[in-house]
Amino acid sequence: MHEHDVIVVGAGGAGLRAAVAAHEEGADVAMVTKLHPVRSHTGAAEGGINAALREGDSWESHAYDTMKGSDFLGDAPAIETLCQTSPDEVIQLEHWGMPFSREEDGRVSQRPFGGLSFPRTTYAGAETGHHLLHTMYEQVVKRGITVYDEWYVSRLAVTDHDDPEDRTCHGVVAIDIQSGRVEGFKANNGVIIATGGPGQAFDHTTNAVSCTGDGPAMAYRAGVPLEDMEFIQFHPTTLPSTGVLISEGVRGEGGILYNANGERLMFEYGYANNDGELASRDVVARAELTEVNEGRGIEDEYVHLDMRHLGDERIIDRLENILHLAADFEGVDGLERPMPVKPGQHYAMGGIETDENGQTCISGLYAAGECACVSVHGANRLGGNALPELIVYGARAGRHAAGKDLGEAQIQTGPSAKSEDGDIGSPVPLGAVDTPDEDVAADGAAVDVETVISKAVEAENARIERLMTKDEGLQHAEIRHKLQKAMTRNVNVFRTEDGLKQALRDIREAREAYEDVYVADPSRTFNTDLIHTIETQNLIDVAETITAGALARTEFRGAHWRAEHQERKDDEWIKHTLMAWNDGSPELYYKPVILEGEEKTYEPKVRSY
Amino acid sequence: MSTQIPETESESEELAQSTEPEHQQRRMAEKRERRAEREAEAEADAAAYDETIHLKVFRYDPEVEGKKEPRFDDFHVPFKQGMTVLDALMQARDLFDSSLTFRHSCRQAICGSDAMFVNGKQRLCCKTQISDLSEPVRVEPLPHQEVVKDLVVDMEHFYDQMESVEPYFQTNDLPAGEEQRQTRENREKVKMSTRCIWCGACMSSCNIAAGDNEYLGPAALNKAYRFAMDEREGEDMKQHRLQIIEQEHGVWRCQTQFSCTNVCPKDIPLTEHIQELKREAVKNNLKFW
Ligand SMILES: Cc1cc2nc3c(=O)[nH]c(=O)nc-3n(C[C@H](O)[C@H](O)[C@H](O)COP(=O)(O)OP(=O)(O)OC[C@H]3O[C@@H](n4cnc5c(N)ncnc54)[C@H](O)[C@@H]3O)c2cc1C
Ligand code: SF4
Ligand code: FES
Repeated sequence: MHEHDVIVVGAGGAGLRAAVAAHEEGADVAMVTKLHPVRSHTGAAEGGINAALREGDSWESHAYDTMKGSDFLGDAPAIETLCQTSPDEVIQLEHWGMPFSREEDGRVSQRPFGGLSFPRTTYAGAETGHHLLHTMYEQVVKRGITVYDEWYVSRLAVTDHDDPEDRTCHGVVAIDIQSGRVEGFKANNGVIIATGGPGQAFDHTTNAVSCTGDGPAMAYRAGVPLEDMEFIQFHPTTLPSTGVLISEGVRGEGGILYNANGERLMFEYGYANNDGELASRDVVARAELTEVNEGRGIEDEYVHLDMRHLGDERIIDRLENILHLAADFEGVDGLERPMPVKPGQHYAMGGIETDENGQTCISGLYAAGECACVSVHGANRLGGNALPELIVYGARAGRHAAGKDLGEAQIQTGPSAKSEDGDIGSPVPLGAVDTPDEDVAADGAAVDVETVISKAVEAENARIERLMTKDEGLQHAEIRHKLQKAMTRNVNVFRTEDGLKQALRDIREAREAYEDVYVADPSRTFNTDLIHTIETQNLIDVAETITAGALARTEFRGAHWRAEHQERKDDEWIKHTLMAWNDGSPELYYKPVILEGEEKTYEPKVRSY
Repeated sequence: MSTQIPETESESEELAQSTEPEHQQRRMAEKRERRAEREAEAEADAAAYDETIHLKVFRYDPEVEGKKEPRFDDFHVPFKQGMTVLDALMQARDLFDSSLTFRHSCRQAICGSDAMFVNGKQRLCCKTQISDLSEPVRVEPLPHQEVVKDLVVDMEHFYDQMESVEPYFQTNDLPAGEEQRQTRENREKVKMSTRCIWCGACMSSCNIAAGDNEYLGPAALNKAYRFAMDEREGEDMKQHRLQIIEQEHGVWRCQTQFSCTNVCPKDIPLTEHIQELKREAVKNNLKFW
C-alpha cells in the first residue's frame, strides 16, 4: 500500500495547482493520473485566462460579469473568491515563467472576450492552456512531487456510514496501467479529485478521449451529490469529423456562417439581427442546428464558416492556427474553401458539489477543476473563466487538504443543505440495475483505515476479475457509442420533454447492456480495453445525472433550453439541482443559490441576447 | 475484402498445446468466436462504404500466447473524407479488435501521446490525414524505444532526459505583486521552443540518440534553450544552464542531421536551436578563458 498525506487524482491544471499548494504547506503529496501530466486536456485550452489585473478594472466588475453570465445561478461566495484571487494566481503563473503574450511595455497582454465588460483575458498566443499546463508541471518537477503516471484511479476508499456526511475518505484504489496491478493508496490528510470534464458522454465533443467523468462518477457512487449537471455548454464552431474546436476568433475577425443555400443564416433567418455571427455561443449553436433540422444543412449535418473574404494575408496573420486545424483534422484548406462546422459539447458547468475550500460532504474528500461544482459558472460559463477556476480552487483545495485553515465556508454541502425535494418524472427506474453497487467499501462504522482501503482493493480486484473472466457479452465500444448517440440526439442544444425521456430510456438500456459487458483482451499489460470498459460505466452514471437534471428543470436558463418552457423562471428556479446516488437509487433535491456577496446582493436581471 | 486479424488457426494450435487450464482455453476459444462474429458484422458494415483503407499494424504483447512474436495485422476500415490515421486506428480497434493498444487523447495535436512510425516516418497519428498517405498504411511504434505492447512504447527514458535539464523557471528576483517584464522580441525568440508537446518524435528519429543513450537529445536541449534564452531568468542562471547543456552528452553530440527538425509536428526549429546553444556555449567559454 502506498501512503501519502495528500493524494491528488488527476494532473491537469487543477490537479497540478492543488499538488503544488499542498506541497507548499509541507504535506507529502502524490499525484495519481491516468495520463502523464503533460497529456492532460488543459493543454487544449486556446483563448485565455480571466483576471482583473489592470487599472480601470476590478474584481467586483469581474464578479458581476460572471454572475450575470451564470444567468444568476452561481454562488456569490464562490464567484467573489474566484475574482478576488485570480489576479494573484495569474501573476504567480507569470513568476513561474509562463510565456504570456506581451505588450510593448513588457507587461502581460489582455484581450476582450465574450460577456466581459473589460478586456481582462490574459493569454499566451492561442495556446494558453498548453503553456499553463507545462508551466505548472515544471513546478511539480521542481518540487520533486511524486507522480504516479498512467495509473488509473477506479475507486475511492470510503467508510460506509449510513449518512454520507459521516463518511470519511481514506484513500483510493488505482490500476497501474502498464502492469495491470491493482493497489491501494492511503491518504493521511485527504484525497483531491481533479479528473476534468465528462465530454465523452456525447458523441461530438471538443473534449479529449480521456474526459470520461471518472471523478464525478466515483464521488457520486461514494455518496457525494452532483450539482447542476444539466448545464452543458455547446460550442457552435467545431469540426464535424473530430469535434476539434475552431476558435471564436474566426467570427471575431469577420468569419461568416452560411447554410446549404448559400444564405448568411444568422441574418437572413433572423437569429440575431444585430449581432449576426457574433451573437453568444448558445444562440449561434441553436441557429446552426435549426438550419440543419429544417433541411438547410450541408450533408444534413453542418454549416459553412467562411473566412476567405478576409484575404490570405489577414488570415495568415491572425488565424494561422485555424488553417492548421482545418487542414490537419478535416482536410480542408481554409484559404480555398469554407470550413465545415457544427455545435459540439464543450464544457460541463456542473460536477462534484464542493464548498469554497474544495471540500465535499465526505470528510477528507475534495474536488477541483472542471469535475467540480463550487458553482462559479452557474447555468453558463463565460469564456476564459475555467482556467482561473482551476488555479484558484485547485490551490485552495490543496492548502485545505494539507491542513491549512482557510476559514469557515459559506457554501453548504451534502444532504443537510437540502431545501426541497425534487421530482424527476423519469419513465424508467434510475440507478443501479439490481443489487446496489458495492462502491462503499467497509462494513460497519468503526473499521480501521487499513481495512477500509484493503476492502476497497478487494472489491476492485473482484470487479476486474469479473470483467476479465467473463466469456462473452458486449463490448464497451458498442455500449459507449450508443450512449453517446443517445445523448447527442436528445440531451443536446435543444431539449424536449419527450426527447429527454427517450434519453433516459436509452441510458437505462445502456445500463442493462453493461451488466453484460466483458473485456476481450486477456492481457494485464497496458489493457486499454479494461480501462475503457471501466470508464464506460462512469459515463453511464454521469449521463444519467445530466439527463435527469435536464428533465427536472422546467425552465430555460443559460445553456439549458427546453422546448416546452421558453422562459427563465426566477420565482421557482434560482436553486441548484443536486443528484445523490443513495446506494444506487438516485434522488433529486435542491438547495438555494447564494446571491448575497460580501458587500452586495446580486439582483437577477433579464439576460438579453 | 478481408477484415481479418490474426492467423486464427496457428493461434489455436498454440493454445491447444499450452498448459493453461481448460476453462481458460475454452474462454479464449469463445472469445475468438464472438470476435469472428463481430468481425463479420463489421465487415458487412464496411462493405456499405465505397472505400476502405488498408492498415498494416504492428502487434506485440509480452503476455499473450500467439502475440509474443511481433507481427503485423491487416485491417480494412471504412474510409471517410477527413479521416486521420488515429481515426483509422480507433475504428480498427472498436470494430475489429478491442485489444489493439495505442496511446491517444486530445485528437488535436496538443497532448503529444500518439506519435508513431507511420509509413516510415515519425508522425502524430491525429495530425496525419489518411488521404496524404500511400496504401497500405503501415503503423509501427516509435523506433529506438522499448515496446510495451502493440504501438505503446516506454517513454521513461525520454521523460528522464526532459527532466534532467532543470526544466523549470528559476530566478530570485521577482517584483512583488506584479508580473516581470519581458520584451516582445524576447518572447518571440523563445516562442517556438515553448511549443514542445513532449511527443518524442524527434528523439526517436535521431541517430545520435539511438547510439548514445545518455545524449540529452533534441527535445531536452530545446527545453534547455527555452529557459536559457528567456531574459527573465537573468545572466547568472543562463551561465548555469549553458553548463548543463555543455556536458559530455550535451549539445556537442549533435551532428546537425536535421532529422529531428524534419519530424517535429510543432515545426520547432530544433537543429537551429541546438546550433545556437553551441554558439552561446562557445561565447561563454571564451569569456572565461
Ligand atoms: C478545446 C478547449 C478549449 C478551451 N479553452 C478554454 C479557454 O480558452 N479558457 C478557459 O478558461 N477554459 C477553456 N477551456 C476549458 C478548460 O480548458 C477546462 O475546463 C480545463 O482545462 C479542465 O482542467 P482540469 O484540470 O479540471 O482537467 P484536465 O486538464 O482534463 O485533467 C484531468 C486529469 O485527470 C486525469 N484523470 C482523469 N480520470 C482519471 C482517473 N480515473 N484516474 C486517474 N487520473 C484521471 C487525467 O489524466 C488528467 O491528468 C477549454 C476547453 C477545451 C476542451
Ligand atoms: S521537439 Fe517536437 S518532436 Fe520533439 S518532443 Fe517536442 S514536439 Fe515532439
Ligand atoms: S491525440 Fe493528442 S497529440 Fe494526437
